[in-house]
Amino acid sequence: MLAYIARRAVLAILTMAAISVFAFIIIQLPPGDFVDAYIANLSASGSSVSMEEAKSLRALYGLDQPIYVQYMKWMSRVLVGDFGESMEWHRPVAEVIGDRLWLTIVLSLSALLLTWGIALPIGIYSAVRQYSALDYLFTSISFIGLAVPNFLLALVIMYFSFVLFGANVGGLFSSEFDLAPWSVAKVWDLVKHLPLPAVILALAGTAQLIRIMRANLLDELRKPYVVTARAKGMPEARVIWKYPVRAALNPFASTIAYLFPYLVSGSIIISLVLSLPTVGPLLLKALIAQDMFLAGTIVLLLGVMTVIGTFISDLVLMWVDPRIRFQMD
Amino acid sequence: MTLLEVKGLKKYFPIRKGLLRKVVGHVKAVDDVSFSVKRGETLALVGESGCGKTTVSRCIMRALDPSAGEVNFTLDGRTTDLATLDGKGLKPFRRHLQMVFQDPFSSLNPRMMVGDLIGEPLLINGMSDAAERRKRVRELLDVVQLPVEYMNRFPHAFSGGQRQRIGIARALALNPSLIVADEPVSALDVSVQAQIINLLLDLQDQLGLTYLFVAHDLSVVKHVSDRVAVMYVGQLVEIASTEDLFHRPKHPYTEALLSAVPKPDPRAKTERIILQREVADAANPPSGCAFHPRCAHATDLCKQQRPALVDLGQGHQVRCHHAHELDLKGVGSLA
Amino acid sequence: MSSGSISTPKPTQTAEDRFAVATQWQLTWWRFRKHKLAVASGIIVIAFYVIVVLADFLAYADPHATDSKRSHIPPQDIHFFDNGVFKPYVYGLTQKRDLRTFKLSYQPSLDRKVYLAFYTEGYSYNFLGLFPSNKHLVGLVDARPEDGIFILGTDLVGRDLWSRIMVATRISLTIGLAGVTVSLFLGILLGGMSAVYGGIVDTVIQRVIEILRSMPTIPLWMGLAAALPNSWSVIQVYFAITIIISFLGWTDLARVVRGKFLALRSEDFVTAAELAGASQYRIIFTHMLPSFLSHIIAATSLALPAMIISETSLSFLGLGLRPPAISWGILLQDAQNIETLALAPWLLTAAVPVILVILAFNFLGDGLRDAADPYG
Ligand SMILES: Nc1ncnc2c1ncn2[C@@H]1O[C@H](COP(=O)(O)OP(=O)(O)OP(=O)(O)O)[C@@H](O)[C@H]1O
Ligand code: SF4
Ligand SMILES: [Mg+2]
Repeated sequence: MLAYIARRAVLAILTMAAISVFAFIIIQLPPGDFVDAYIANLSASGSSVSMEEAKSLRALYGLDQPIYVQYMKWMSRVLVGDFGESMEWHRPVAEVIGDRLWLTIVLSLSALLLTWGIALPIGIYSAVRQYSALDYLFTSISFIGLAVPNFLLALVIMYFSFVLFGANVGGLFSSEFDLAPWSVAKVWDLVKHLPLPAVILALAGTAQLIRIMRANLLDELRKPYVVTARAKGMPEARVIWKYPVRAALNPFASTIAYLFPYLVSGSIIISLVLSLPTVGPLLLKALIAQDMFLAGTIVLLLGVMTVIGTFISDLVLMWVDPRIRFQMD
Repeated sequence: MTLLEVKGLKKYFPIRKGLLRKVVGHVKAVDDVSFSVKRGETLALVGESGCGKTTVSRCIMRALDPSAGEVNFTLDGRTTDLATLDGKGLKPFRRHLQMVFQDPFSSLNPRMMVGDLIGEPLLINGMSDAAERRKRVRELLDVVQLPVEYMNRFPHAFSGGQRQRIGIARALALNPSLIVADEPVSALDVSVQAQIINLLLDLQDQLGLTYLFVAHDLSVVKHVSDRVAVMYVGQLVEIASTEDLFHRPKHPYTEALLSAVPKPDPRAKTERIILQREVADAANPPSGCAFHPRCAHATDLCKQQRPALVDLGQGHQVRCHHAHELDLKGVGSLA
Repeated sequence: MSSGSISTPKPTQTAEDRFAVATQWQLTWWRFRKHKLAVASGIIVIAFYVIVVLADFLAYADPHATDSKRSHIPPQDIHFFDNGVFKPYVYGLTQKRDLRTFKLSYQPSLDRKVYLAFYTEGYSYNFLGLFPSNKHLVGLVDARPEDGIFILGTDLVGRDLWSRIMVATRISLTIGLAGVTVSLFLGILLGGMSAVYGGIVDTVIQRVIEILRSMPTIPLWMGLAAALPNSWSVIQVYFAITIIISFLGWTDLARVVRGKFLALRSEDFVTAAELAGASQYRIIFTHMLPSFLSHIIAATSLALPAMIISETSLSFLGLGLRPPAISWGILLQDAQNIETLALAPWLLTAAVPVILVILAFNFLGDGLRDAADPYG
């Protein structure tokens, strides 16, 4: 048990390290270094930077040193929460990101819960009542979920709600709460706005999980022990719930590790369509403006949040059903 | 004359754990097994599922590399230890040892026609002329009593019994002296089992074959084997002539296996011995006698000391501390 | 396979005989054929790849040509019968400017029929880079300069949507194919190494896969794609995007390859070939590869939609392919905001081929997988 958790933890740390390298690469990739960009940025706004100033800036950020030293320096600053300054906003990156990171996590987590909450019951229902009208309905819906990339779904839903209700369904807050400080009322406002984007985000994953759950359970229900249990006159509900459902859940457990990253990914893109105040639109803007500290930090933080989220959902799952760790070992 | 002699054969599968896949232990699938098979005889290797029968067979065939031990094979009066040979050195011996597999559905490549399946060993071993091969394949089909027309068919067109015949024909293609049959009938319907066994017996008569016949229960082997070796968790626990073993078993495990053999006389009142608990884990065998957690006769000695394989005379060997004292039930008569 | 076949197929009569002598490919095909949805999907996929080849021929207007007088023309009806005779025509359009909003609007002028012609000449293009041509499937006869076919309408700058979708299909589907090819290469190489060498190699590759799979892909793609220099040509960007999406996309295929390879390696028939003295070469190419192939084909078909979605998403965000390249994602980018959509909802039709092709590949892949491996 402990060994399993340790293994997962080591892997999570390795993943975070890999992500930090990616984030660093993203910061480094654009031609010229960040001081060049800074200078260009300043001169665009009228002021200028002398050669000396540029040089001292480079020294300050260690840009004159080998790349791995720069990485270590950047990491050591990141680890104490200093993410550098956003060039576009002229403010510390952490401040620019603000609540957006949390809202991203809230959105992705709600979608995660929704995915499980919808997919499992429907998957079980569809398997138990195979070829019933509802099974067909769910199967068709899940095919739509599978085939429609979620940004398209967001786009279509936006369009129809605009045409039918004349309402813009975007955003996570009503306009009066947009800039307001956090309060109970603001949280309640968020709760009211969350379902639509969460459902849109959850649909694709749900579709996949329904298909897997249905197939697993169908396989399980065909096994001899289930047939025997039925023949012995065990009540149908017990026949299904006692072992088959659990057994069907097992191969499924490994998919959970990939669901959360998938949802975080998706949240970025639907946030753009639905103009949600998550890190998605900020990341896009930062990338287009080549505001690399901001972009790199967002990628890093998103990655780290994802890994932690996955790690926690792993633990929760193991707590729910300890056998799962054997499946994944 | 001894054809095959297995000496101190061991096969340990490493158990790896953790991020670095460190070896944390071993599954002792085969742990110091020795026996020999004389030319023309049939030795049966019997034991519950997971006791290491397939592993022994595959080590002999060198489909697996033994961890230790010798596999001495005598060919034209010269004895060679197959366990020491590499792939190239093995090649000339391969044709003399052939295997019949347990699962007739997975042992035939579904993408090859029967003619090609039976002809493959011939092709590989240098019979490159297609007409010659075809002639030999016809003969072989005839030997296993299948119509020659089946040559152009694919395995999916056949029943389990027919496939097993194809597998046997393939094994015979190169005129081997030893055939290792790993549970050749346990995947088949009972009605078909007898046919395949009779075929194997006929072939032995006609071709002077030597068999190592693997089975998981004793009822199958009583018709085919000259001698029986009983395996439990990677070790031999008893080895004797079939007659001896059935009449006078000396190991409680053998007795339990015998009690499961259907009696020729339904009125004969022998209680079936139901073995308690699971078969022991080869990765973590019990202390002392590996059988003690399930043995009705176990004593403290059994828990502490591992019994050695001792010879009781006439080649009857047994691994039990109390072999001399116990009065075990055999089967009344061999039908 | 040149396995030195000595069996010669005989003429067959009964269905049973036909079954008995059918090869695995034939059996797979028969099983696949029963799967109607998969067959239909296969046909759709083929049709899409026909579009890839014939894109310019199927387009009827230069997909790059802008025209401020054709901004946001709605889709136009095509009439197939003229007085009961098959003679397709469209009505000419008259432009009107709304005097309050200054917006242009278009009305069919019912008095002016413009007839369609098939296999006519239109804008010039280079057919697959092989030879110049100006042939198109449809065009207009005796048209005035302001007349045109607008099956799916036009965009803000007056480019014809149908023609753009045709050309976009070429890019989006080939980039998917290129991405899957690179992923397949990586997947077979790394998955194969993992399976063949085992031990530490296997461990390292498996951990790398696990790590890659637990990263949120879109932000990473965005970061990498945004770093492509603006000065790069369409072709350079095309290849860079292919590499970026396959860089994270190979992991699934590697898992399939490894799993299947290990499963096959321990198949009894492979052991049997080994025991018969077969060479490694023969074992791999005669015994393993054919079984392997059908699974790889199915896995590839299932991996393609993800590739297509990735490219479409990136381009939609403005970080993938860039104009003047035309892909489905770029077309959808025009439909990004609600204001534009309210004005020109037909721009969303660019979503139809995306959805269609993803569904088709999924059904096709499912069908292929079931047909290749009926037992699981
Ligand atoms: N490749 C392997 N790696 C690890 N353990 C193995 C391997 N092959 C076999 N074992 C283990 O070795 C033991 C003996 O297996 P083996 O297949 O030889 O048993 P068997 O007697 O043939 O059983 P059955 O009747 O089921 O065929 C089992 O515990 C099995 O789990
Ligand atoms: S040694 Fe003891 S435990 Fe083992 S078989 Fe003999 S009596 Fe039973
Ligand atoms: Mg076995």
